[in-house]
Amino acid sequence: MARMKFLCDSDRCIECNACVTACKNEHEVPWGINRRRVITLNDGKPGERSISMACMHCTDAPCQAVCPVNCFYTTADAIVLHDKDLCIGCGYCFYACPFGAPQYPRVGNFGGRGKMDKCTYCAGGPQADNTEAEYAQYGANRIAEGKLPLCAEMCSTKALLAGDGDIIASIYKERVQVRGYGAGAWGWRTAYRETVGV
Amino acid sequence: MRRAALTLALALPLLTGIAQAQQQQAPQSPETQQAVPQSAQPAQQQSQENGAGPPAGAPEVQNATPESQSAGQNQQRQVPQTTDTSAPTGTPAAPQPEAAPTPVAPVTAPPPEGTRGPTAEERELEAALKGERIQGRISIPNQSAGVLVQPEGRDWRVFHNRTLPWVAGTAVVGTVVLLALFFLIRGRVRVREGFSGRTMLRFTFFERAVHWMTASSFIVLALSGLNLTFGRDVLRPVIGPEAFTTLSHWGKTAHNFLAFPFTLGILLLFIMWVGGNLPTRGDVTWLMQGGGMIGHTNPKADRFNAGQKGIFWITVLGGAAVAVSGYLLVFPFTVLDVNGQQWAHMVHGIISAVMMAAILAHIYIGTLGMEGAFSAMGSGQVDYNWAREHHELWVDQELAKAHDTVRPGSGGPAPRPAGAD
Repeated sequence: MARMKFLCDSDRCIECNACVTACKNEHEVPWGINRRRVITLNDGKPGERSISMACMHCTDAPCQAVCPVNCFYTTADAIVLHDKDLCIGCGYCFYACPFGAPQYPRVGNFGGRGKMDKCTYCAGGPQADNTEAEYAQYGANRIAEGKLPLCAEMCSTKALLAGDGDIIASIYKERVQVRGYGAGAWGWRTAYRETVGV
Repeated sequence: MRRAALTLALALPLLTGIAQAQQQQAPQSPETQQAVPQSAQPAQQQSQENGAGPPAGAPEVQNATPESQSAGQNQQRQVPQTTDTSAPTGTPAAPQPEAAPTPVAPVTAPPPEGTRGPTAEERELEAALKGERIQGRISIPNQSAGVLVQPEGRDWRVFHNRTLPWVAGTAVVGTVVLLALFFLIRGRVRVREGFSGRTMLRFTFFERAVHWMTASSFIVLALSGLNLTFGRDVLRPVIGPEAFTTLSHWGKTAHNFLAFPFTLGILLLFIMWVGGNLPTRGDVTWLMQGGGMIGHTNPKADRFNAGQKGIFWITVLGGAAVAVSGYLLVFPFTVLDVNGQQWAHMVHGIISAVMMAAILAHIYIGTLGMEGAFSAMGSGQVDYNWAREHHELWVDQELAKAHDTVRPGSGGPAPRPAGAD
């Protein structure tokens, strides 16, 4: 099976935030929840670069490791998903996640967190594929339709790549060789313990 | 957008001739390198307008793009100053020969590949080793989402998955084992003189009510906390994921709400009993004699002996620390950022484990471990002989008070045996 990854080519990202918008629209993500976001490093200075970041679907995912109710599971495509029916909204996955991916609706008492929501790699959740129940909890399941995540599919500069890790890494390497430079794949060392190694 | 357009425009013609470009570039001195794009820039724009694109491997392909965007813009702005001042920017100018660079103030050459600044891998490795975050600006209201990578999560994961289970497991199981051993060796601490049948009031109804409010909420807090640490390995395989989630959900809800009576209890316990729990000289003697638990002496003690003072201060100080860290956790990100939340959790977990161990010992000595002790917190009455054996100074004071009530002015403490009145 494929090993699905995200790769953001920060030399191409123009911080248009269309990936964020597409994600929100595709999955009808509620207000305040951002499964994907764009961060600009060195804003306004030399070396400025923007990176679109979401759940990286880590190898040996920290969220999965610390979840006190074991609500996470990894699909055959190495996509890290979670079961909202099992989640208790404790917030531990956010403490462990290096990328700040887990999001919580503010419901209930105090600063009470509802069930965690995060990027599903457009792969839905544990329910039957493309059912209403799945859509309501997790959003669209494009993977089940044979499509890749929408954020990467519609990226205007093709900065954001999604797909099998080897394939997107080779695309990126080819780009770097052709244009002569490349900042590398943000988050790969942290998430996958490997680099694109151009 | 400008950078993107440039990148896109250049991406296609780039596909060939890298080696050629490198050959051209390699022997050039820095001056010639900077001179080439100045003259070639307009030429490139012209050729784009013509739809031809720059020749494959042309120097400008190498020089125009590799800089970070701001540097690239600077270079373009300086074109009119350094080349032909009469030609407006963007107007095609005749390409000047490479060999005759205008002697002007040098424009910074695009840095060679090796010095372009750290790549993502290098930056991440550096941040991970230094334990610092990579963060930037973000355009959504949640500014804390501007953290790209937070390496502290790794340490917290190790704490949560290794340190905390070991500390809490050792504290709880270890204490239970030690208490069991102690019970087997020492046995129950009896009232040596036997029950006298006469009792005296040790704790008022209010004191007992506060004690049990704190105690009952602590037990639920401790169990729900242990469930969050050990439940997935111990309980989840037994009762199944759904039932375990239901239990943990209610445990979490109870944990959040019982924090309030617990905190109130800690506060009231402190106010009620702090006077009797200040350390005195007698505590040293009491501790030197092992509190009468080891051996069979009964060191004199006030209303609270040194052991009880210990449990009082562990409860009050530990309870305060647990309450503060707990409120920080239950109102997430109100005061702290993610790293602060991790620390709050670590403090909360470790101090809770210490408190659980102390309270287990407290429960043991108040029930199984000592004859005649439980009624102090049950009915509030303790047997006179028990009180004299464990809290002699306190009994003396109580008796003196009682005598003073009956016969005012009769004088100081006149300890008399039970039944003498």
